[in-house]
Amino acid sequence: MIDAIVQGVLLGGYYAVLAAGLSLMFGVMRIINLAHGDLAILGAYLVLALTAAGLPWWASALLALPVMAVVGALLQRWVLARTLRAGVLLPLLVTIGLGALLQNLLYGVFGSDTQSLADALGPLSWASWTLPGGIVVGKLPVLTLLLAIAVLASLQLMLKRTRLGRAIRAASSDPEAAALNGVDAARVHRAAAGIAVALAALAGTMLALRATVEPYAGPLLLISAFEAVVIGGIGSIWGTLLGGILLGLAQSLGAMVSPAGFHLAGHGLFLAVLGARLWSQHRAAHGRPAWPWQARQAPAKPGTAAAKGVA
Amino acid sequence: MTPRQVLIWGGAALALLTLLPLVVGANVIDKLTGLFILMLLAAMWGLMAGQAGLVSVGQQAFFGLGGYFALRLVDGGFSAYPALLAGAVGAAIVAWAMSFFLLRLKDGEFAIATWVAAEVIRILVMLDPLVQGETGTSLLALNDIEPTLRRNLGYGFALVSLAAMLLAAWWLMRSPVGTASRALGDDDEAAASLGVRVMSTRRAVYVLGAFGCALAGVAWLASAVTFLPRTNFGVQWSVLMLFMVLVGGLRSMAGPIVGALVLFTLQESLGDFGVWYLAGVGALAALFALFLPQGLVGLWQERRARLAAQAAAAAPPASALPQTPTTRSNTP
Repeated sequence: MIDAIVQGVLLGGYYAVLAAGLSLMFGVMRIINLAHGDLAILGAYLVLALTAAGLPWWASALLALPVMAVVGALLQRWVLARTLRAGVLLPLLVTIGLGALLQNLLYGVFGSDTQSLADALGPLSWASWTLPGGIVVGKLPVLTLLLAIAVLASLQLMLKRTRLGRAIRAASSDPEAAALNGVDAARVHRAAAGIAVALAALAGTMLALRATVEPYAGPLLLISAFEAVVIGGIGSIWGTLLGGILLGLAQSLGAMVSPAGFHLAGHGLFLAVLGARLWSQHRAAHGRPAWPWQARQAPAKPGTAAAKGVA
Repeated sequence: MTPRQVLIWGGAALALLTLLPLVVGANVIDKLTGLFILMLLAAMWGLMAGQAGLVSVGQQAFFGLGGYFALRLVDGGFSAYPALLAGAVGAAIVAWAMSFFLLRLKDGEFAIATWVAAEVIRILVMLDPLVQGETGTSLLALNDIEPTLRRNLGYGFALVSLAAMLLAAWWLMRSPVGTASRALGDDDEAAASLGVRVMSTRRAVYVLGAFGCALAGVAWLASAVTFLPRTNFGVQWSVLMLFMVLVGGLRSMAGPIVGALVLFTLQESLGDFGVWYLAGVGALAALFALFLPQGLVGLWQERRARLAAQAAAAAPPASALPQTPTTRSNTP
């Protein structure tokens, strides 16, 4: 039980990195990139290919992440920017098509075998610490979680402190006002897409280090990322981390019940959170508190969570 | 065409196609059964996305669920063909129940929540010992039927399902619900403020779409006989539906049918290339969404409208028609 809780929490960092990119793109461009998981897998395969070519795994990752950021910026420039003007339907359709393209290209190039970076990682992939109480935690999952927290913290700092970060936040909370103040929306969008895809690639690399990747794994990653975003609440980086941890917890506790319980519990938590949000919106629309323990005269919740910006 | 002409031509086509097994060989019948299933799927997805603005990535839930219910009923003593129909009805009932939750979500959230719901249903179905997890099972009752008769029954089932659902969709779109749902597809908040009953309209379209996909699923089961959860509940069905509707055109009933013909042709000519063919399908869907969002039928309609406008402009000044061509009337 305690073991499952520890494993679930450790899994959360990986989900949070995966979800942060999706959340960033949604916050800035109002696009749900349905190819996000496939881009993560593409990043993982890039790292795998570079490692197979003789680089140490960390050097491959350091090389692959900027490349994937450029891929993201180009994707925004050539593909997604064209869909922005045409409403909500088109970005969904384009990114589904793109996802199918990526999956099958990866399959065509790399074959169907599952691949992993564990061999390149050496002893770290199985090394572990024993905590007081006899709980064994793998070093790799702990380091992954710490890396995830560091990455999310620097993303948060970047959004808060730098010029680009302020431009991203401005463009996501009020595009027109941002444009009036001289924010170049197209540039901000490219930067956000680049960061988002690099984050996806980092998450894909984490997955390849910890477990295995295969060409058709992308859709499940997308679902997990989206679940983490919704569970944690859209628009906050630490909310995303919390969402990732809760998703990981639900999955590892669900896996204790039955092997099928791993994904079932994650999906179940996601649907429950969505349901609770709909219920509270429904009650707020009638001016009533959503839950019995809330005071009757509680002020109505403002609109949807989606109305908030990034960070 | 007037409604009367549509019905007459449609009835004639149906009668001809029903008699087809008397003339052509088994191979052609098998191929046509597959084509009708694709057309049915495309028509249902087009109905939902094009007419009511519902982009679902989870229609495979009903495709698989119809087959699963049929298997369960046959296991419980039903005979095969009534069980197939009842299975599709069962899937539509599940869709109706799910709609109370799913239809409150918007756009991307709706897309992913339908997908997650389909995954949950697949995992639950795989827990049933009858399905044997990943292994899957077969509708063995169908093996008792003489092969030629079974092939023709499967063909007839797919054909009649397609015809009935096209008729139902056509009727729905001509009814007040259709007008309301087109308003929703354009702008649901504006539609709501004009008094359109958003929920019940969406629900009618959603349940009809789910029933159609379930019919396609049981027709598929009737011809394939095997039931593999990963295949029958695979998200690739939604990707194919999306492809057909995008290529054919979102805003007309003919669009998805044309898209199904295109996909079928591609499948038959290039399907041997395996994943490269599938990658091409994905790329083509993305390209159509980017550069030709109105699809082939939309392109044709625009061209006709432009020609008509030119003809009107060239006509003697007695006609007081406006000179500007209204070419963009069909773009979403």
